[in-house]
Amino acid sequence: MDWMMIFKAFIIGGIICVIGQILIDKTKLTPARILVAYVTIGAILGGLGIYKYLIDFAGCGATVPLTGFGSLLSKGTISEVQTTGFIGAFTGGIKSAAGGISAAIFFGYIASLVSKPKIKKQ
Amino acid sequence: MKKVGNQSYILNKPVNIAATASIVGPKEKEGPLHQFFDQCLEDEFWGESSWEKAESKLVKETVSMAISKSGIASSDIDFCFAGDLLNQCIASSFGLRETNIPFIGLFGACSTFIESMIIASSLIDGDFATNTICTASSHFCSAEKQFRFPLELGNQRPPSSQWTVTGSGAAILTKEGTGPFITTFTPGKIVDMGIKDANNMGAAMAGAAEDTLITHFKDTGRNPNYYDVILTGDLGHIGKDILIDLASSKGYNIRANYNDCGVLMFDKEKQDTHSGGSGCGCIATVFSGYVYQMLQEKKYKKVLMIATGALMNSTSTQQGESIPGIAHAISIEL
Repeated sequence: MDWMMIFKAFIIGGIICVIGQILIDKTKLTPARILVAYVTIGAILGGLGIYKYLIDFAGCGATVPLTGFGSLLSKGTISEVQTTGFIGAFTGGIKSAAGGISAAIFFGYIASLVSKPKIKKQ
Repeated sequence: MKKVGNQSYILNKPVNIAATASIVGPKEKEGPLHQFFDQCLEDEFWGESSWEKAESKLVKETVSMAISKSGIASSDIDFCFAGDLLNQCIASSFGLRETNIPFIGLFGACSTFIESMIIASSLIDGDFATNTICTASSHFCSAEKQFRFPLELGNQRPPSSQWTVTGSGAAILTKEGTGPFITTFTPGKIVDMGIKDANNMGAAMAGAAEDTLITHFKDTGRNPNYYDVILTGDLGHIGKDILIDLASSKGYNIRANYNDCGVLMFDKEKQDTHSGGSGCGCIATVFSGYVYQMLQEKKYKKVLMIATGALMNSTSTQQGESIPGIAHAISIEL
């Protein structure tokens, strides 16, 4: 097991989440806007080819947070445009994220069958 | 009933509060006021399959508890005034559909409880009713879904946010009785402070509370010292401080005897409720539990209750509208 990689993923993923926490506590941004901003920033950094360095460095620490989803959208779009042309701008993003989206729906549904929502403790 | 000043009314014959009942949720049970409530629930569902059904059950059980405490037959109750925070007030109407008491549904956001007492005492004073019941409820889980995000989203709460009280309070108002009595009331005007943050309701409602408070003092010629305690509904810690400042800028020092039901309901440090409690159920349960007992024990003899409401919904928030506030005041004296 690559302990160094786990450590780097923890640090980078943690920093991304800490920024979100600071935005919630110190600005008037709603959680929904912060989530959208994260996806957008990830898409821009991914499109510019910058985000892949963060993924190389921290692995899941960079792909699991929402910025990773954003970069996946732009990465998929770019590669699809290169293979299928203009229509790829509309299909590529969703195609590349299809696994994650379908898994979220599937596992979300399974979880809803076996568990009940609860009040948050704080 | 006699109108004094701009918008205050003195009842010809004070209206008696014959009995109250309050039921709260588990979070409120951990709070500093727990011993004053009639019943504290162990979980938010209370054996029901949804939070909305649990809130309806809260209303139903609180009303039947208040009726049985008052000793008045439910067939002798002329009106039931009720409201809550869910779309089209379903917690009240579903909870009370089997009561067989003439039902008037009200919406004044979190000011509903005092709004209902104002209407009920007007009708009693005018000889249009003998016995009425006033009730209001809220539920943290159903209110989060209604106004913010469903709990399943698991989103974070900002420090200015308040915690909707899970609970329902009910009061039986009668023509005859030995008190405590509703003597005076001041219905409030809508005041918009221009606040757009649905997570900062206290600031949005403080202006309305100030308007009603100062108007009440000017109309009746009273000052803050007249009352043993002045309680607002759910301004929370942030709104409470704003109201103290606003009142003192108008020359009224309320620091000594003023508090807020949302501040009293929870222990801010231990329970991590951020800016305090909120919701229709906040002032309804604090009045029906804590304040009513203090009046009975004669620890309070003159109380001014000011229920505050934020008159927004989730659509108006999404469309970037500001949050209009409302505040209704009633005096309760022995």
